[in-house]
Amino acid sequence: MAPRPEIAHWLTGSVCLLLGLVLLSEALVGTSVFRRRAWRAYLWPAIALGGGVLLWVIVVFSTFSPMHLLAHAVWAQAAMIVGALQFAVVRGKLTSPRWSLVTSGALFLSGLAFILHEQNPWLYSRSAFLHHAIGWVVAVAALFPLAEALRPRAAVWRAAFALTFVVVAVLLYADRDLAPIFGHLSDAATR
Amino acid sequence: MSTDIATGIPESAARLRRSAVARRSRRALAVLLLGPLTILAGLVWAVAQPYRIVFLERADRGLYDYLVQPPLLVGLVGVVFALVVAPGLVEDLESEGDGSEA
Repeated sequence: MAPRPEIAHWLTGSVCLLLGLVLLSEALVGTSVFRRRAWRAYLWPAIALGGGVLLWVIVVFSTFSPMHLLAHAVWAQAAMIVGALQFAVVRGKLTSPRWSLVTSGALFLSGLAFILHEQNPWLYSRSAFLHHAIGWVVAVAALFPLAEALRPRAAVWRAAFALTFVVVAVLLYADRDLAPIFGHLSDAATR
Repeated sequence: MSTDIATGIPESAARLRRSAVARRSRRALAVLLLGPLTILAGLVWAVAQPYRIVFLERADRGLYDYLVQPPLLVGLVGVVFALVVAPGLVEDLESEGDGSEA
């Protein structure tokens, strides 16, 4: 039995929260210490790549709406590209900090997909509000890997990047299939 | 050994080493706190919204409703981080400090 959308969002929120904690701990201790154990070094690329694969599964179940299907496909593709890129970085195949620009582009594209696929206004329902909020958070967070590409030694960008996933997790946990936001709930949303 | 050769550690070097150790222990503490703070967030959420803990209500709901609730998931993520990631990370952080001081 397929889970309800809110349950899929809560599970995604858990993956984001774990990823956020892992990246935050890397920002705290430094990359050289963090990558001392191989399994830990491959955690972030594996979560991104695995998350991308799971998002493709969601794509399969998103046939009720072409917009949802396309948006989930964009997120799946973006996550898989970033995961593959991070695998290459950890393996030492890619060394330039400028590769963070790919992560930045993937985040920006993902943010745009969130904003564009939500056709309802902010206060239509809680779900609509959260889609707008997550879209803008993710799109603005694209600046952090961009800054890391330009100033690779500044740990603050890595910490901000990590905290972005924690914020996204909180927003995803707040999701409900049908609930008001700040006392607003469109009558059309009850259908 | 002649005391003319073996001199004391210069004050500035000792101060630098002390501040490096303090910085490292602060980082280790921060990493160790991430898991428990996440678990605490889950507990606070469960107390604030007890109806989300469905198995306490004995409601007739589906398996997802019993197992997949945000306060439980937040707590679980905290436990996984605290047990799986944090201990080894702190160990490596401290061993690096020992290595650089040797």
